[in-house]
Amino acid sequence: MADQHAQKIDRRRFVGNGVRLAGAVGLGGAAGLLAAQRGGPERDVWQIDPDVCIACTNCETHCVLDESAVKAVQCFLMCGYCDVCTGYFPTADFELNTAAENHLCPTGALKRRFIEARAGVRYFEYTIEESECIGCGKCVKGCALMNGSLYLQVRHDRCVNCNECAIAVACPSQAFRRVPASEPNLLKKTARDLMAKRAQDA
Amino acid sequence: MIRLLRVLTPWIILLILASAANAQNLIPLPEFTDHEIRETENPSARAAWREHLDLAALAVGLVLASYFALVKRSRRGLYLLAIASLIWLGFWRQGCVCPIGSIQNVVLALADPEYALPIGVVVLFALPLVFALFVGRTFCAGVCPLGALQELVAVRPIQVPVWLDQTLGLLAYVYLGAAVLFAAMGTAADPIFVICRYDPFVGFFRFGGSANMLLVGGCFLVVGLFVGRPYCRYLCPYGVLLGLLSKLSKWHVRIPPQECVQCRLCEDACPYGAIREPTVNQTAEERVRGRRRLARLIVLLPVLVGVGAWLGHGTGASLSRLDPVVRLADRILLEETGRAEGTSDASDAFRNTGRPIEELYREAFDKTRRFGVAGAWLGAWVGLVIGGKLIYLSVRRRREDYQPDRSNCVACGRCFWYCPNEQARLGLIKGLTPADTAP
Repeated sequence: MADQHAQKIDRRRFVGNGVRLAGAVGLGGAAGLLAAQRGGPERDVWQIDPDVCIACTNCETHCVLDESAVKAVQCFLMCGYCDVCTGYFPTADFELNTAAENHLCPTGALKRRFIEARAGVRYFEYTIEESECIGCGKCVKGCALMNGSLYLQVRHDRCVNCNECAIAVACPSQAFRRVPASEPNLLKKTARDLMAKRAQDA
Repeated sequence: MIRLLRVLTPWIILLILASAANAQNLIPLPEFTDHEIRETENPSARAAWREHLDLAALAVGLVLASYFALVKRSRRGLYLLAIASLIWLGFWRQGCVCPIGSIQNVVLALADPEYALPIGVVVLFALPLVFALFVGRTFCAGVCPLGALQELVAVRPIQVPVWLDQTLGLLAYVYLGAAVLFAAMGTAADPIFVICRYDPFVGFFRFGGSANMLLVGGCFLVVGLFVGRPYCRYLCPYGVLLGLLSKLSKWHVRIPPQECVQCRLCEDACPYGAIREPTVNQTAEERVRGRRRLARLIVLLPVLVGVGAWLGHGTGASLSRLDPVVRLADRILLEETGRAEGTSDASDAFRNTGRPIEELYREAFDKTRRFGVAGAWLGAWVGLVIGGKLIYLSVRRRREDYQPDRSNCVACGRCFWYCPNEQARLGLIKGLTPADTAP
């Protein structure tokens, strides 16, 4: 009887060990296979496709960070350096100066700097002060009326790269997608074309 | 002058707009005399070493937790470790180095070859499981920040009736099934990760979040004051995997250090209902009845699976509502047929792309059909889980001692203190050695 009991325990232990070994090997193997199959640690990160983005202001409010990881970005190549900038000024009731009431940007993060005047036309450079930008995209929407040189981008020094981006879930135009971490920023097609042309000319 | 400008501005803008739209041309870049056109600056990403550091922390945490639970038998050590991991993985890393969520990444990698699964995530997913195979759920005891948070708030735990505990425990299996389903239905560019979306505690880790998230998290914490670890026991999908593997664990937390004296002092020690009492001998009649019931349940299993699949198939339409394409197509359909007023941001954005609506409908229809199939699988899974649970509960196992239930025990170490043998081991009962209490 005692013998039988000991045998039974042994059998159970044997089965347990076998399953455990198989499980460990299986898990390890599956992990290794997955890792090998994917060809190295190419991470991907969240980014906004500026050609799809409609600047709906969800980026400002849906990011899990208190201050959104999305910021407005200026593509200087596409900018017209306009005096009457629709990204800087509202489309009605404004004066052409930098007084606070004339800003479209709620935080005054879009800076306007005089460059030069030629043939009576004044040119200004517009830059984003990222520490002040909240990613609401108001300037982006305004700029879209003209050249559309301002666009929204996920800033990777701030983005915590959530598994499921809260803004991507809320994004109405599905402009959020995963891009390779080696090429973490996206440009508008127009900007890409301009750059290609510039490189060709040079 | 200014007034004139005000009146004229909209017109000027319209004019420019029209010309720009017409020629598909931009307002040209001015030729400056002495101004260099600036390059757009992009800040560099965070360094990758942080990820390695997190994985190293995970490994160290697992080793420490296993040491505290199995070797040192130190509740205090586990408690401090839980606080440390709550600070590191919870508040500092904001709950986003998370093996629970990694299930979805692994599933997505299997479902969509486009998706590049980082090795770090593979390690994150597999390491606690491998540990569970050998030492049980020590990950839950001291490493998981969600577990740690609930461990800290479980101050007045009550015993949940066994039938309720077992029934609610099934929810975790359902949640796991749903998470796998949605992860498999998503794509690399557009993942659907419900575990992350409905994580109840991540809002606390980040000191902010949507009202719903904080409300649900708050409810879990309030309930957690009285019902130990409600999320871990009744929802956590990773806990299901850990529990299954923990059943096979080579070593596991023991309540008494050596032998059980059957003093029953530990009986109510476990706030998680994971202590199983010794079995009493059955009469022959009971044994026959038990065997008959088991046979009936085994016959019932395929029926449950079939019914589940049939019911699940019907839920496909509601499941597909989580898919952005299906939601968009629904909205467009409502607008096109005049059943919804105005347009939404999403439908505006879609119309801007100029994609034909029929194509969207076709894609959405296809997706809904796939969700129907997926729903049937989910239903079958739920049927299998219910049937499997019934069978599991009907199989008798002999226990001579008070033992932790290997799949439910999270190795928190609360029961150690209740054991007089442990007190003797620690020298807290004077003049008593473990040998004295041997039965």
